[in-house]
Amino acid sequence: MTTQAPPKAVDGAIGFLDERFGTAGFLRGKMKKVFPDHWSFMLGEIALYSFIILLATGTFLTLWFKPSMSEVVYNGHYTKLVGVHMSEAYNSTLRISFDVRGGLLMRQIHHWAAVMFVASLTVHMLRVFFTGAYRKPREVNWLIGLGLFTLALLEGLFGYSLPDDLLSGTGLRITQGVMQSIPLVGTYLFYFAFGGDFPGHDFIPRLYTVHVLLIPGILLALVGAHFMILWHQGHTQFPGKNRAQKNVIGKPFYPVFMIKAGAFFMFTFAVIAFLGTFAQINPIWLFGPYTPDSITAGSQPDYYMGFLEGALRIMPNWETNLWGHTVSWNVLVPALVPLGLIMTGAALWPFIEQWATGDKRIHHIADRPRNAPFRTAVGMTAVTFYGLLWLAGGNDVIADKFHVSLYATTWFFRFAIFIGPVIAYNVTKRICLGLQKKDADIVHHGVESGVIMRLPNGEFIEVHEPASDEQKAVLTGKDPLPELAIEAEDENGIPSPSARGPLGKLRKNLNRAFTVDDVPADGHDEGHDDTSPHAEEELQPGGVEPGGTGGSRAISHH
Amino acid sequence: MKWITAWRRRPWAGYAVVLAALAIIGVAYAGVSPRTDRAQAAAAAASDQDVAKGKQLFNQACSSCHGANAEGTKNAPSLLGVGAASVDFQVSTGRMPAMNLGAQIPRKKPVFNEEQTRQIAAYIASLGGGPAIPSKDQVDPANGDAAMGGKLFRANCAQCHNFAGSGGALTGGKYAPPLTKATPEQIYEAMLTGPQAMPVFNDTTLTPAQKRAIIAYVTQTRSEPNPGGNGLGRVGPVAEGLAGWLVGLGLIIIAAMWITARKPKKKHNV
Repeated sequence: MTTQAPPKAVDGAIGFLDERFGTAGFLRGKMKKVFPDHWSFMLGEIALYSFIILLATGTFLTLWFKPSMSEVVYNGHYTKLVGVHMSEAYNSTLRISFDVRGGLLMRQIHHWAAVMFVASLTVHMLRVFFTGAYRKPREVNWLIGLGLFTLALLEGLFGYSLPDDLLSGTGLRITQGVMQSIPLVGTYLFYFAFGGDFPGHDFIPRLYTVHVLLIPGILLALVGAHFMILWHQGHTQFPGKNRAQKNVIGKPFYPVFMIKAGAFFMFTFAVIAFLGTFAQINPIWLFGPYTPDSITAGSQPDYYMGFLEGALRIMPNWETNLWGHTVSWNVLVPALVPLGLIMTGAALWPFIEQWATGDKRIHHIADRPRNAPFRTAVGMTAVTFYGLLWLAGGNDVIADKFHVSLYATTWFFRFAIFIGPVIAYNVTKRICLGLQKKDADIVHHGVESGVIMRLPNGEFIEVHEPASDEQKAVLTGKDPLPELAIEAEDENGIPSPSARGPLGKLRKNLNRAFTVDDVPADGHDEGHDDTSPHAEEELQPGGVEPGGTGGSRAISHH
Repeated sequence: MKWITAWRRRPWAGYAVVLAALAIIGVAYAGVSPRTDRAQAAAAAASDQDVAKGKQLFNQACSSCHGANAEGTKNAPSLLGVGAASVDFQVSTGRMPAMNLGAQIPRKKPVFNEEQTRQIAAYIASLGGGPAIPSKDQVDPANGDAAMGGKLFRANCAQCHNFAGSGGALTGGKYAPPLTKATPEQIYEAMLTGPQAMPVFNDTTLTPAQKRAIIAYVTQTRSEPNPGGNGLGRVGPVAEGLAGWLVGLGLIIIAAMWITARKPKKKHNV
């Protein structure tokens, strides 16, 4: 595929540009860039397309939105609020919703696109993590991705805070509380950001500038960098027949992949527009304008802030008084610890893995998650931690809709947040190892053919056929980790000096975690342990002789 | 006027004057001052016959828990002085008679019809007064100011019942029920009497006009369509997040699988 000459249409287009800019050599290479086909490789694209939709709809909204806290009296089409005092920000959002043609649709598409943006970033990140696609040479792109994700959270928070409705005001109040809880500088920081008391007149206009100018600008730059690096390094591919570190099997960018990408943009846009049309989101007219004395049941942030909300909800009410100053652990811990654990952990992980495994090789073949049990288990630990916090953020809705006690949910999550990740780690690791054993079994004994054979002695067996070349290539595509140099002991059994210190021991333990349970797919004897059916089969007196069914067929009991 | 001259010399005359003055001031104050702590709703005059019938129904359905004379038992509170409004709310929403005692008694299909409810209410009112059933005019949403009602609702009601009256969780297994089924009378009576976990909003806290405004807000909000499509239960971002992940991301990922699906292989390689 990669050696094929580009289609005529490509050469024509390149020729036009080449005659003017002399870019043929450059473009011909780039246009032929091959992208592998797998649905999970499209997740990042959802984020890109959502971002484009966000930019377009956001621009529309800026034409009418007024980021001002000056008080006005509502006099629009939504009669239930006529005569109510509100901020200009809220008033103009109502105007967009009820008086501007297509305004409500644009608002809803913008909001749904924001939800899809962060959601697709999340699943894209998970895909990259679980397939080990962050490994050398892609560590920098992984970090850029984390930056994009963090900024996307902030951008979302600022976006839904702008209309100054009851929920957004509640969210800002929490934001203020988090700022104030920072020891020593909290109060100053809060006054600096808000320009006075809460809510004040300055904060909404400031948020607006950050939301429509600063963060989108940085996001755009980072997205650009992310894609240029991707283009330069090429995409990872899953192991398979003829796939190697040095090639990529897939479709050339022009025309096949470009058309697919274009179609996928249309799909993404269609789904978001579908949601924007048929599912009401952020009905600020029902929330009402924000006043500091009002609050509503079911005060939740948008989903991506939900894990922070959950942490806040299950945190015990701890405070310490030191020399007349209160340290609010009850706000500080939930605001910083979960986010810090997840984001710092994610940022350091590629480097921890490299250090622990000593694996400095270039990786273009993605890992199947089962083939890296430790990484997959740690990933699921983080997913469980995040997921439980996320659920805890909706604990009042859960309590109300499923008729359980609110206190019971809080206490459940307080314990589950520690127990759940441990369970997830162990279960995931066992599942991975089980799948590895199954793979080894298929490689050596083939796949069930569905053909039942009766042996002369009356026993029924299922005939197994050898796995196809493609399947075998996938199953044996596992890349064993190199042996760590520091593990080497000299002839007297003394570990090398670098392995003796605390860091060396940590490294050794981590290395063990990465490698200890590995089931080699191509080593027959290690493929299963002594209690596996295969071992029994060979010991059974009534077992069939291998020669009886021909060399190409393996038979095992079923 | 000789008797005044004669009596004012008596030793107890001073006390009598003070007592009389206090009585006059007291009666005048009671007559002039706004009736604050106990809302008076114009009640239909309850006939003796209603009271008698109500007593009969009470004995059959309520007395096992509330006591033979509504004095209360260890299972249920005394009903002396709770008033007709409270009885009307509890019985017409089907909460009373209660089936089983959990953290909170749920709304269900009423056991008694309107007339029977009125009779029980009359009987309970005859035992110790209390707030009466509001009149039709007092609860008429058409006469309420929904914009003011919205402000009051957000300040007083939304914290438990949610911004659109969709309900919410409370502590200890209790909950603020959704306001989708409550009639204007029931909403008024609930504010007046504070059933179960709900606080009492007497006529000082919320004047009858403000109560009517809240009723207007609640009834308008629940009947107004959702301009943005499906309201997703009107519970806020939790439902939105769920829809975004399951419907939105789910559909797009199905599209991704479709786009990247390999063509089925031709049959030369079976």
